Amino acid sequence: MTDKDFPRFRAVADRAVLVEFGSQIDAEIHAQVIRLDRVIAAFPVPGTIEVVPAYASLLITFDPIATDHAAVIGGVRDRMQVPDMPGAVARGHDVEVCYDDELGTDLAEVANMTGMDREQIIAAHLAGEYRVYMYGFAPGYAYLAGVPAVLQLPRKPAAVRDVPAGRVIVAGPQCIVTTLKMPTGWWIIGASATRILTGEVARPFRFDVGDVVRFQRISRNEYDAL
Amino acid sequence: MNMMRCELVVSFAGPLVSYQDGGRPGLMRFGVPGSGAMDSRALAVANAAVGNTLSDCGIEISLGGLQLDCVEGAVSFAVAGGGFEVTVGGVRLGGWTVGKMQAGQRLTMRAGGWGSWGVLAFAGNVVAKQWLGSAATHSQSGFGGGILRAGDRIIVEKPEVRAARDGDLMVPDWARPVDQVRVVMGPQERFFEAGIIEQFLTEKFVLSEAYDRMGVRLNGPKLAVNAALDMPSEPVLRGSVQVAGDGVATVMLADHGTTGGYPKIATVIGPDLDAFAQRRSGDVVGFVAISAEDAVLAARKCHAEIAAYLAYIAAPKGSLADRLMQANLISGVFGDDGAA
Repeated sequence: MTDKDFPRFRAVADRAVLVEFGSQIDAEIHAQVIRLDRVIAAFPVPGTIEVVPAYASLLITFDPIATDHAAVIGGVRDRMQVPDMPGAVARGHDVEVCYDDELGTDLAEVANMTGMDREQIIAAHLAGEYRVYMYGFAPGYAYLAGVPAVLQLPRKPAAVRDVPAGRVIVAGPQCIVTTLKMPTGWWIIGASATRILTGEVARPFRFDVGDVVRFQRISRNEYDAL
Repeated sequence: MNMMRCELVVSFAGPLVSYQDGGRPGLMRFGVPGSGAMDSRALAVANAAVGNTLSDCGIEISLGGLQLDCVEGAVSFAVAGGGFEVTVGGVRLGGWTVGKMQAGQRLTMRAGGWGSWGVLAFAGNVVAKQWLGSAATHSQSGFGGGILRAGDRIIVEKPEVRAARDGDLMVPDWARPVDQVRVVMGPQERFFEAGIIEQFLTEKFVLSEAYDRMGVRLNGPKLAVNAALDMPSEPVLRGSVQVAGDGVATVMLADHGTTGGYPKIATVIGPDLDAFAQRRSGDVVGFVAISAEDAVLAARKCHAEIAAYLAYIAAPKGSLADRLMQANLISGVFGDDGAA
């Protein structure tokens, strides 16, 4: 695909428009997603209900009683002419991870697959530069892209059921801190006491899409004390 | 009659009987689906019929059914959604109905002749735990009001008995399950050859047993994907028809995951979502493609019909005889097939 194919607008049912900026996971494509998300937040398109940013696209839902696809697409095109919002600086977050074998239940298997030992795996994970690309799958599941190439693994062939909340899981370039007991086919390398669903009314989700995340290693004793 | 509270004890509840309200739109960007009643119009109907606000919290009943014992107070209630068999104090009521119950009486709802989901609303304020501003239960986490189980207590604050509302409600045509589901193709139909899209639109699909509040898997022709599945995860809308790598289609419903890495061949239009959700496992459906422009027109037409019906039932109608007469007068507008 050449760049002139994008942005592309697709009507979704009677009540949404999908704006596509590309067809792969890419930092520059995602930056365009974030830019449009911020502009629309500052200058809402009349009749729209919510904007959902993802890796390479945004979904904009609307009330079909109030507007239609053409009007929403026109409104979005106008906003694409707006320069980036001043002051839109990504926030940074520290997330504490305990890489104990009892919690990071796949560490041994990941060592087999990568040829790295446990400490090398941990160092690789800690060295990653992570950005919140999107939320998906389940409430609070923030997709952090930035796992170093040496630690990028395909998903497991089958999902494992009932993985507890708070596990740090990786697959490909992506990492998630889980928030619910859910199935996953990703690799469980640790556990975090940092809650992504904060339980705070004013700020129920720890990250905004576009934020930067750094992982900090903590010991089992520190983890248990939290 | 107006007491401070009404208390009901759940003596039996099938799976996935839960507190639901109008849902929590606006949070998909944080991975949170809209949730709310699987048949959102049924919630509006039941609330309107008892004089509540349309999106107030009620109880959603699955085909497993529900049995409640009133242990304190008295309250009017309304039932809508699928055609369930409803009894109060051993007396059978209509499938769409307004009735009342008081301490010592038992309300039962059992699967009836059609429909998958019922809604029970009470005249008053149902006490339910909120999550992110809504009592709608997100079924995988249990967040919100939660799943109801035997032994749980339902509290209605400021319960009212509104006798002028008693009686059965007409079931409008738009509330019936649909065989032909209208969709707008896409947004990822480019992953499918023309022949596969034709199959999707001409062959029949059967709702499988894999049916819950997240969605329903369909049995039918395998919809082969024509390229490597390398698309990055994209946002998912309620009603998305998502095709997995094995060619099996799933229609995403109230508690759907907010993003998915599988292509969406088509998306069910808003006006057909509730009637689709009233289909049961084993039922057969077909998909009809319409343009996005026609889908907007369909949404507006449907909205106007439903608004008129809700306004009609929201007004107390006095005696049953008065209401029957009015129902006859407007039957040309709403259909006169009466509640079963």
